[in-house]
Amino acid sequence: MTFLSYLISGISLGSVYAIIALGYTMVYGIAKMLNFAHGDVIMVGAYISFCATSYLGLSPLVSVVLAILVCTVLGIVIERLAYKPLRQAPALAVLITAIGVSYFLQNAALLIWKSDPKTFSAVAGGSIKLFGGELTISAVTIVTVVSCIVIMVGLTLFTGHTKMGTAMRAVSEDKGAAQLMGINVNTTISVTFAIGSGLAAIAGVLLCSAYPTLMPTTGSMPGIKAFTAAVFGGIGSIPGAMLGGILLGVIEIFSKAYISTQLSDAIVFAVLIVVLLVKPDGLLGKHVSEKV
Amino acid sequence: MAMLEVTKLGISFGGLRAVDDLSMEIEKGGLVGLIGPNGAGKTTVFNMLTGVYRPTDGGIRLGGENLIGKKPHEICKMGVARTFQNIRLFGKLSVLDNVKVGLHNEVTYSLVESVLHLGSYGKKERAMDEKVLDILKVFGLEGKADVLASNLPYGQQRKLEIARALATDPKLLLLDEPAAGMNPNETGELMETIKLVREKYGVTILLIEHDMKLVTGICEYLYVLNFGKLLAEGTPKEVLNNPEVITAYLGE
Repeated sequence: MTFLSYLISGISLGSVYAIIALGYTMVYGIAKMLNFAHGDVIMVGAYISFCATSYLGLSPLVSVVLAILVCTVLGIVIERLAYKPLRQAPALAVLITAIGVSYFLQNAALLIWKSDPKTFSAVAGGSIKLFGGELTISAVTIVTVVSCIVIMVGLTLFTGHTKMGTAMRAVSEDKGAAQLMGINVNTTISVTFAIGSGLAAIAGVLLCSAYPTLMPTTGSMPGIKAFTAAVFGGIGSIPGAMLGGILLGVIEIFSKAYISTQLSDAIVFAVLIVVLLVKPDGLLGKHVSEKV
Repeated sequence: MAMLEVTKLGISFGGLRAVDDLSMEIEKGGLVGLIGPNGAGKTTVFNMLTGVYRPTDGGIRLGGENLIGKKPHEICKMGVARTFQNIRLFGKLSVLDNVKVGLHNEVTYSLVESVLHLGSYGKKERAMDEKVLDILKVFGLEGKADVLASNLPYGQQRKLEIARALATDPKLLLLDEPAAGMNPNETGELMETIKLVREKYGVTILLIEHDMKLVTGICEYLYVLNFGKLLAEGTPKEVLNNPEVITAYLGE
């Protein structure tokens, strides 16, 4: 029974990684850049939700909606101000800018919310007991897993069946040709950032509901792990991000439970290295051969 | 009034004058060829017409409207569509979706409608599918709608590119070496398709081509570029008997 309960917390943590990883993977797929500030958008989302419930007394659901709105706008603004001017610049310049944006967000949060940790109250309370009380599943876990599934299905439908989704797939393959077919590439990239950042807000709230300490650096480690998850699953692939996220969460919790709490992160990254050695494109990544 | 009016068009890349003092005029419904030796600047002209490059000087007007300074996706909306010398399909998208990308300008339903399948979404989506199938039929691709574009044989990829361009509902269709890599049979078939497209969709066509059989077979008028400058213009017969053109192609 403890195994089952570890597995469930693994899937729950993994679902949060998966939601964050979706943001990384979509932005990478379409704008071909690694947005290292993505993790810090999670933190901003969590703070917004925290402020809405603690200071304004709004209901948790309203606070989540507010967090999504703020982060969506934040994502679009970051893209416009920091990344759009660098569209033609070498990838390294964009990468460094992303790291800069990440520090900017962390330090802005430090200024606004100070360094003392805030205690985040979960968006959903209560739990259910199964097998005569031997297995407890918290409401947060259920909400997390369900949100993750809904987001996954929603995004798959969106990219597969809508005009904007088709435009995104076209832009991700060939920006130039897409533009010549009447697609506004800048709008498409903005929408991608908006979706990714909105998802980051959800992830922030879910993460802090499960692990309630909220600090300006809260987003950085989950951000890096979710990036790992995206690479693990095959960066650019939506199902890959999902699979990578959940596997990573499960591996992390199992290593904490059965091997060592301190070494769990090391084990997670060791698994990543092994996977990439065997399958450099990630689990679901497609190998793209360069034409000579 | 001419459909396409190009006046004294020129572009420099640093010290290189790639196209210089080019003037062209194409009537509505015309089928015109742009020919010239390799490196003459033909594709550069297409890139200026579609807004990929901004000309250094000169003017481009489509049906009287200025195209200079417009972005590629805006020019596409105004009615210029193109194909590429080296095929640039969206390989990971199905044949149907490739053409649907071309319909991008026409779709009017909102994001919310499309995500939730509300309102007119279903109706419009079906209308789009029908329109796409209609276009695919012209190219004999209707049976391949669900195939990934990268899995099509070469000749059909070339056709699909024209189909995708047509879906944007262009007034002017630019074809960059449509017969490149085709055998004489396929070229013959392509010529029929191009003629059919012009009649059925009423588009004006400007094409770059090296295949003289195709050029003389279907083009009504030719412009010859050499070293970025207009060397000659006229009917295919006039142009191909022009001694300067023969020299440019075959040497002294």
